[in-house]
Amino acid sequence: MTDAVLTRLAGLFGELLPADAVITDPVRLRTYDCDGLTYHRATPGIVVLPDTAEQIAAVVRLCDEYGVPFVARGSGTGLSGGALPRTDGVLIVTSRMRRILEIDLQNRRAVVEPGVTNLAITEAVRDQGYYYAPDPSSQQICSIGGNVAENSGGAHCLKYGFTVNHILGLEIVTPDGEIVELSADDPGYDLLGAFIGSEGTLGIATKITVRLSRAPEAVTTLLAAFTGIEAGGQAVSAIIAAGIVPAAIEMMDALAIEAAEAAVNCAYPQGAGAVLIVELDGPHAEVGHQFAEVERICRESGAFEIRVAASAEERAAIWKGRKSAFAAVGRISPAYIVQDGVVPRTALPEVLAGIDRLQEEYGIRVANVFHAGDGNLHPLVLFDDAVPGQGERAEAVSGRILDLCIEHGGSITGEHGVGVDKSRYMPKMFTEEDLDTMQLVRCAFDPRGLSNPGKVFPTPRLCGEVPGVRKGVHPLVESGRAEQF
Amino acid sequence: MNDDAGAEEVLTAALTDTGVAIRPAGPDDSVAGVRPRWVALPEATEEIAALMRVTSAHDLAVVTTGAGTKLHWGHPPERCDVLIDTCCLNEILEHEAGDLVVRVQAGVPLDALARALAAKGQELAIDVPLEGGTVGGLLATGIAGPRRFRYGTARDLIIGITVVLADGTIAKAGGKVVKNVAGYDLGKLFTGSYGTLGVIADATFRLHPLPTARAWVTATFDRPVTETQGTREDEKGVAFDTASVDVADEIRVIVPAVAESQAEPSAIEVDWPDVNGPCVIAVLVEGAAAAERARAVQDMMGEKAQVADEPPEWWGRLPGLPGLPGPADRAGDEGVLLEFRNVASRLPGTFVGPFSTAATTGTRPAVRGSLASGVLHVALPPGTEPAAAAAFVGALRAECEDAGRVVVLTAPEEVARRVDRWGHVGGLTLMRRVKDRFDPERRMSPGRFVGGI
Repeated sequence: MTDAVLTRLAGLFGELLPADAVITDPVRLRTYDCDGLTYHRATPGIVVLPDTAEQIAAVVRLCDEYGVPFVARGSGTGLSGGALPRTDGVLIVTSRMRRILEIDLQNRRAVVEPGVTNLAITEAVRDQGYYYAPDPSSQQICSIGGNVAENSGGAHCLKYGFTVNHILGLEIVTPDGEIVELSADDPGYDLLGAFIGSEGTLGIATKITVRLSRAPEAVTTLLAAFTGIEAGGQAVSAIIAAGIVPAAIEMMDALAIEAAEAAVNCAYPQGAGAVLIVELDGPHAEVGHQFAEVERICRESGAFEIRVAASAEERAAIWKGRKSAFAAVGRISPAYIVQDGVVPRTALPEVLAGIDRLQEEYGIRVANVFHAGDGNLHPLVLFDDAVPGQGERAEAVSGRILDLCIEHGGSITGEHGVGVDKSRYMPKMFTEEDLDTMQLVRCAFDPRGLSNPGKVFPTPRLCGEVPGVRKGVHPLVESGRAEQF
Repeated sequence: MNDDAGAEEVLTAALTDTGVAIRPAGPDDSVAGVRPRWVALPEATEEIAALMRVTSAHDLAVVTTGAGTKLHWGHPPERCDVLIDTCCLNEILEHEAGDLVVRVQAGVPLDALARALAAKGQELAIDVPLEGGTVGGLLATGIAGPRRFRYGTARDLIIGITVVLADGTIAKAGGKVVKNVAGYDLGKLFTGSYGTLGVIADATFRLHPLPTARAWVTATFDRPVTETQGTREDEKGVAFDTASVDVADEIRVIVPAVAESQAEPSAIEVDWPDVNGPCVIAVLVEGAAAAERARAVQDMMGEKAQVADEPPEWWGRLPGLPGLPGPADRAGDEGVLLEFRNVASRLPGTFVGPFSTAATTGTRPAVRGSLASGVLHVALPPGTEPAAAAAFVGALRAECEDAGRVVVLTAPEEVARRVDRWGHVGGLTLMRRVKDRFDPERRMSPGRFVGGI
């Protein structure tokens, strides 16, 4: 892509958008050079800050016309480089589209613009006793548009599912600049389901209809301290085997606890080799019954201390350590890699033992924080970037952890997405045929490959013409069996 | 021997050479009135792929069937050469109870799956409103029942899939862990695709523990709708009588109260066999402390409400079906069955729509389904005049189009050709493009789906 084309495009954008919505100044462009995964950086060719779906569609149509790639970005909190810009392309930032357009409590739905933050939706309906269920850790700042692109999860998706289970409809701008409505109510292919989690490669969501959930009557949070991670894992298995589906089951190992203590002074029980946080919610009667069961299981599994939150403040105190864990490891290590892998719950003990072996083999420390209920690991691989070779060794450990996940029938990402960071691992999880088949969806939406290219898939593929696609009259029309299609 | 018979022999030989059991199709094998030429009974995913390589080389059209309970749904196929019967793909491949996940082949009967899972205290939380179906049929049609309100539908519970495409490519997506965002979600794309993208070979689902207890709270409402008479003037100032129809006040109050209550019901269903008569509303509460929560629902529903630990006999069944559909029903000899989604306005449209439409078209619909999620099934009795049935579909659609959708699931041929089966479809252009990529030669259940896909 030549600078001349970008200059020409910037001029054309200037005719479509307010002057302050088109950024070409190199210094300002640089502030958009990465998302939450800061070790991948690229300064975008142009940044636009549209205010409406029509503006996005117009920008995308021009990109299509000039063959220029574009990338959508919400709040830029993603951890897989999914919103990494293209130096030869346009970055479409949705931060000005922050209106909540409609709230319909009777039918438990709200219609919002993509730049609205995840938490803002809950805040808008909390007083009426509702909330938006998916709760990624970054929910205070992450945008719902980004959640749709990544199919974001959160600590509570064990019981309530992911973004895809809570989106009822989307207005999207397709990679050729059409505005299309996709609704869960319409018959036809579940394009809504295919679009959510496609990481911006199938187009840009410009209006989002979310399902609102009724806030549970009761919430009980319990923190159980164990001497080691095995005992904690045993408790998790026993809870699931007892037929209980908690809202969340989280675990931290000794190193993660140490970091959290250093950072936020969360005062978890002294001497804990692992802490388990279990949250139950639902009707009072049900929660009360299940809580007694969970407490008994934790004691039988060897918990030496159990704390129960009696108030919202105490619940926040229990969660504080867990929620700060990623940032907290900065206190005990100059640098770290946040990994995101998934294993079947029953494989957790083996995989954690495998991570232990990797630590020894490479001389690299790993702090383990994970959504134990659904086997979603977030190992934090610690290293000192001032020590030659450590960064590479940490990178190797991080990759080997994903290999462990794949070997045990798991996934290379549970919620952070593939982005640029993990596209090279996709061929380890999927065959060439699997990836080619997924590519068919990409080609249907984006035959020119302009929408967030270079993400998700390891090697760019050309779509080409569809072989044998009918030209002209539809066969049903031709045979007189239908009048119009 | 003429040329046709010779060609037929060559094709039969090519199909048989795959090693898959092949037999000539009989009249009982018809797909919505279209008789295939062969029936193939593959026993493994690789065998489906071998078949598809042959059908691809010889441009043969393929339709897939499981138990055949919904084979007459959708348009008749434009052409159908090979019917793939998944009956021999009937293994539960993997059920690690501790992971609450099961991987099953498409031909596994849902009741067999339910028994196997129940033995470990677990279930696939989808109530299929037809008995005798298979996993593959459930996925191909995306049908669901009462508890969709709590658990969603098949697309919410599927976490992995293996498919075979028209050219024989075997592809999988997702996996066997519940939390997984690697790659596109082909499982959702294939769910509800009516066999038009490829053959579903196996699928992996998220499971739930069987609830420790269940309770149903049931109440009868004698007059679900109220009519108010009045007069209005037309543009010339001439007075005329009007009747405005609305849902009865008590239903208007009770249903939302129960749906939003902290008793957390798993389902709220209505059975309204005659729109000029009473309806029964039943609420399911399940899990720990079910009895206590059922009493709370009972209080909301009034004195006439009863609590039982068994469902009403109509619970979770389609309306208007006298018996279980079997091979004899495959020809489409049943009445008209519609799916009526009134999601954006659960009440009162759910009641007013069918009631008003029945009055204006002179039909006698039976309504049953989920009040809580606004997805209902409406049946017109066999023998309904085709013109009246078609008028009913059109009028109900017009009545609810702003807030809802009407899809014709089954209809006799003389009704089907008078109606648009699918109604409004958002994103149809994109759907066509998806179809063109997956099945460019239009060999997979051609013409059966929306927009002639």
